[in-house]
Order: sequence, then structure tokens, then C-alpha cells
Amino acid sequence: MADASLPTTALPDADAAHSAVRRAFGMSIGAAVVGVVVLVAVGLFSATSGAAGLPVKGVLGALFDWVPLIGVDSSLSTTQENILFEIRLPRLVLGMLVGGSLGVAGASYQGVFRNPLADPYLLGVSAGAGFGAVLALGFGLDLSWGPFDTVPAAAFAGALVAVLASMAIARGGGASPATLLLGGVAMAALFSAAQTYAIQQLNETRAREVLSWLFGQLNTTGWKQVGILLPYVVVCGVVLFIHRRHLDVLRVGDDEARSLGLDPARSRLVVIVAASLLTAAAVSVSGLIAFVGLVVPHIVRLLISHSYRVIVPLSALVGATFLAFVDIGARTLLAPSELPVGVITAFVGAPFFAVVLWRDRWSTT
Amino acid sequence: MSPVLTASTQGSESAIRSAPALSCRDVRVSFRDQEVVCGVNLELDTGQWLGIIGPNGAGKSTFLRSIVGLADYSGAIALGDGRTPGAADVALVPQAPIMPKGMTVAEYVLLGRTAHLGWLARESRADREIASSVLNRLELTAFADRFVSTLSGGEAQQVVVARALAQQCPVLLLDEPTSALDLGHQVSVLELVDDLRRTEGLSVLAAMHDLSAAARFADRLILIDHGRIVAEGRPAAVLQPDLLSAVYGTPLTVQPIDGELVVLPEPRRRAKPPKEAP
Repeated sequence: MADASLPTTALPDADAAHSAVRRAFGMSIGAAVVGVVVLVAVGLFSATSGAAGLPVKGVLGALFDWVPLIGVDSSLSTTQENILFEIRLPRLVLGMLVGGSLGVAGASYQGVFRNPLADPYLLGVSAGAGFGAVLALGFGLDLSWGPFDTVPAAAFAGALVAVLASMAIARGGGASPATLLLGGVAMAALFSAAQTYAIQQLNETRAREVLSWLFGQLNTTGWKQVGILLPYVVVCGVVLFIHRRHLDVLRVGDDEARSLGLDPARSRLVVIVAASLLTAAAVSVSGLIAFVGLVVPHIVRLLISHSYRVIVPLSALVGATFLAFVDIGARTLLAPSELPVGVITAFVGAPFFAVVLWRDRWSTT
Repeated sequence: MSPVLTASTQGSESAIRSAPALSCRDVRVSFRDQEVVCGVNLELDTGQWLGIIGPNGAGKSTFLRSIVGLADYSGAIALGDGRTPGAADVALVPQAPIMPKGMTVAEYVLLGRTAHLGWLARESRADREIASSVLNRLELTAFADRFVSTLSGGEAQQVVVARALAQQCPVLLLDEPTSALDLGHQVSVLELVDDLRRTEGLSVLAAMHDLSAAARFADRLILIDHGRIVAEGRPAAVLQPDLLSAVYGTPLTVQPIDGELVVLPEPRRRAKPPKEAP
């Protein structure tokens, strides 16, 4: 029975279904390529801008020269090379790792709580991690064995307590997205107060150091912070990448997820632990950087896809780009003095958060 | 006062039966000391459509949920080979499925492959081919890129059935699959399941509200009231006006129309309009 209103399609049905399934399965290769190109461009811009201007060509030459088996004459002076490799690049790489970590952690929390407003900062995870890190940093527990350090461990303990407490509060009050955030607010308030008290007990120089770290700064001493953060990024990144499909299954709710063959409690636990560990590691090297975990997954959702298959990996890319870009501003806007990068992300993120709240209020009622 | 009648089933079924696709022995489910499923026994034969009927709150949904492990039960639920069913054996079409915002139909159908994925939770080429052949089979190709949250009730129900088919389970559980649909879509969803049962050899266990549809599609019916089976057998044997009226708490008649049984409420005796208060 032919229907005049339906256009006849050129593709046979089988091909159409197959390509739709492939699209659903695919990772948006195009988006990933664009993301990498933008990340590299922002990276180059960051490496060349600052008090001592470095020429783009020289930076590229030095970078290629650094790759084994490639010999390129670097046109940079020794001082310039030192600035590049010991100051600019460590900070750039740290910014990318922290931004990527917070982006992925935010995406994971959003998936696991089925709550687009979840974010390490808003859930109180950052505050919990901050309190743990303050205790370790301020009270001489800053011990390290090789690349492992007590600060991330203490931060992780604080982060986990905060997120579990927020969850417990939310479960007691029904599973509304707002309840979870209110639980997070309560936890953040509690841990911030504890933090303030702990900092007050320190002497003035130590307190100043801890405070400047707490505001969210990408201060580096060579590659040390990158070395601390990197193992966590690799391990947690792999775990969360593998579990990104679980987050899609959780979107149909716990009951349906279980009837489809997923163990929601187990998946949720693994993802929460990995995301909290990632947040804690990021906080312990860079302090509290707000809203990256909220803004970044939303941008991916808005531009590319609602599927966590895509959101999780692209949040790493977009988060890295976002923080590297923002840090250029942090370094140069008030030069020679520096603006904490957390201040800028909050200036961007808080209005963004407000807009998301405002928009969702209309779409859900 | 609940009637405990058992419609006669003896002699109406063949003596030689293949191994059942699913068998349940003395299944009991309790919520906070209140038993809502009180010792249900049933056997679902391969290729059979077994309808579960009964009023709201009789325990139909809870019983189906216990089969897929969503409710803690005592007793035994086993497949033909004796295993406890998992998500690769029994697929559930829930009563009120959640349609996530921003998820395409193709993505939704791929969720059906969850139980078949390996440790890396990555779909293989075979998984993708199964999803696309299911989309073709149910003629959903034109919808494949649509968001599930934008589908109409009938389209959404077909997509949920498609996801259940992608699970490739020999047993399909339907929890009141047509409760949100208009008449045309009710019939088309049930006919779809009936076709699949015949072509794919599925066994179907369906909780149904529409007794006439249950009479038309099911091979056997089980009538549940207050968590207990009160009647069991062929539709004509179970759909007795007296029994149904007692269980559903309202007078019902069963009329044969063109060889099919139709269950209707008895015409209402109109009460006199109340006199106006002085």
C-alpha cells in the first residue's frame, strides 16, 4: 500500500538500520578529531604566551627536537628552552590533566546519579578532598614514597566520605536531583568549616601557602605535580572509560538496568570510587577548581550527544582544553601577578549553572 | 471472601510435553511481612503464551519482577535446564519503561545487548547486526535516529519490545504491555508479539488487564487474586462470569462473539436520581 505522503527512500531499509546502529555505537570520530586539534592549538597558544614571549616556530622546533629520533634545530635559546620545558609545559600539562580529570569525574557523577547537575564541586566531593588534603599538607603528614604521596590519599578519604554522605542524605529524602545537590551543599559547608578551622590552627606562612593552594591554582615546581597526578589519571581514566557504557544502561533506571543484565549497585560503586579518586588527586595538586565538572559534560551534551559513550571521553578532551585556555587568562590577565584559575572557572561556571537551573525548571514542569 | 476454584484442565492438554521453558515452584514474595505472592506454581511450555490475569494489586507485576530478579522471593524459579534465569534468558517488557532524554531508538535497542557483552562492555559487530536486524524485523528503521523520549505511546512500546528481542532470550515477559495504548495499538503490539512467538519460537508470559485480549492471544490463562492462583487453564475454562465477577468485585459477563470470548462489565442498573434536599 503506497502512501503518497511518505518519500521513497533511496537506501534499502537494512542499510539504514545498520548505519543508525553504527551511529549509536560510534564515538563521534569527527568530534574527537576537532577536539584534539583545538586542544593542540590552545596548548600552543598557552606555551607561547606569557611574560617571556616564545616564538611559535621555536616552540614547535623544540618540541619536535625533544621527540626521540627526530632531529630539528631548535631556534630557542637555552633560557627559553628552560622556560618552555620547566615552567610553561609542566603547567600546561598539569592544567590539561586537571581539567580532563574534573570533566570526566563530572560526567561520571552525572551518569551515576542520573542527575545532570552533579559535579565534584556541587556534590561536596571537592570540599571533602580539600579538607583531607589540608590536614595532610598543613600538619606535616606530607610524606611521599616515590610518586605516591599522602596528600591524594587523605584527599580521597575526604572525597569518599563527602560523596557517600551526600548520597545517604539524598536517599533519605527521595531521589530528586535537587535533594542530592542539597546534600552536597550540606557536606561542602561542613567540610569548608572544618577546613577553615584546620587552617586557623596553622602558623601564618603555612596558612598562606595552604590558602593559596586551596583557591585553585596551577602552580608547578617542574614536573613534580604532573608526576603525582598522572598515575591516578591513567588508572581512573581507564576504569571510567570502560564503565561509560554502564552509565548509558543506568539511564533507564536501576530496575530496567538490572533486568538488562547490569548490576547497578556494583557499577555505581566502581564509578563513584574511581571518580572520587580522580577528583581527590586533582584537588590535591591544584586545590578547589569549581564547575569544570558541570560545564564540560553539558557542553558535550549540547553539541554532540547525550550518550555517555561519547560524553565521558570527550569530557576529558574538552575539560583539558577548557582549563588550559582558562589558565592562559589566569597567568596573563593581571600580569605580573596571578589570578587563581579557580576564580575564573567560578566566574564562568556559576552563571552557566544558573542558566542550566533556569532552563531545566521550564523543561521539567 | 475469595473463591478458591480451579477450572478443570485435565484432559485438555496433551500428555506428552516437552521440557518447560520456565517453571516456578511455590514462589512467595513478601514486602514488610505482607505476603503479596503466596505460593505460585506454573509451567510455561516452549512456544506457549501464558496469560496472567487478575485485579490491580493481585501480585501479577511482583511475580513477573521476581522472575527477572527484581523482587526477593522464596521458592524455585528455573529454566528448562534447571538454571536460574538471567538477563540472557528472560527479557522483561516493563509496564512503565523509562525513556531517557536524548537517547536514540538505535541506542535504546543496543541496550538489549548488555547481558551479552564482555568485560570491556563493548558491542561486537554481531551485537550491532542483531540490533539492526531487530529494527528491520519490527519495521522501526525509519525511527532509528529518533529520540525515544519523543515517540508516541505505541511507537515507544514497539521500541521496548525491540530492546527485549535484542536480548535474544527464549522467554519474553510482558507486564501489561498495552495499558497505555489505544485500541489499534493494543492489537498491533499483541499481534507483533504473537507473530514473534510463532516465527522465533519465543515463550511468552504476559500479565494482562484486557481480558478479551487475553482470551484471544493466550493459550492458557492463570487467574491470580491476593497473590494466589484461583483458576488455571484454557481461556474458555478460566473466563467464567461468576468467578471473574467475584475476583474483580464487579458484575462481568462473558460473551462469545464470532468465536472469540469478550469480557464486558454488566450493564449498569441506573439508580434513581437523589431527591433534592429540602
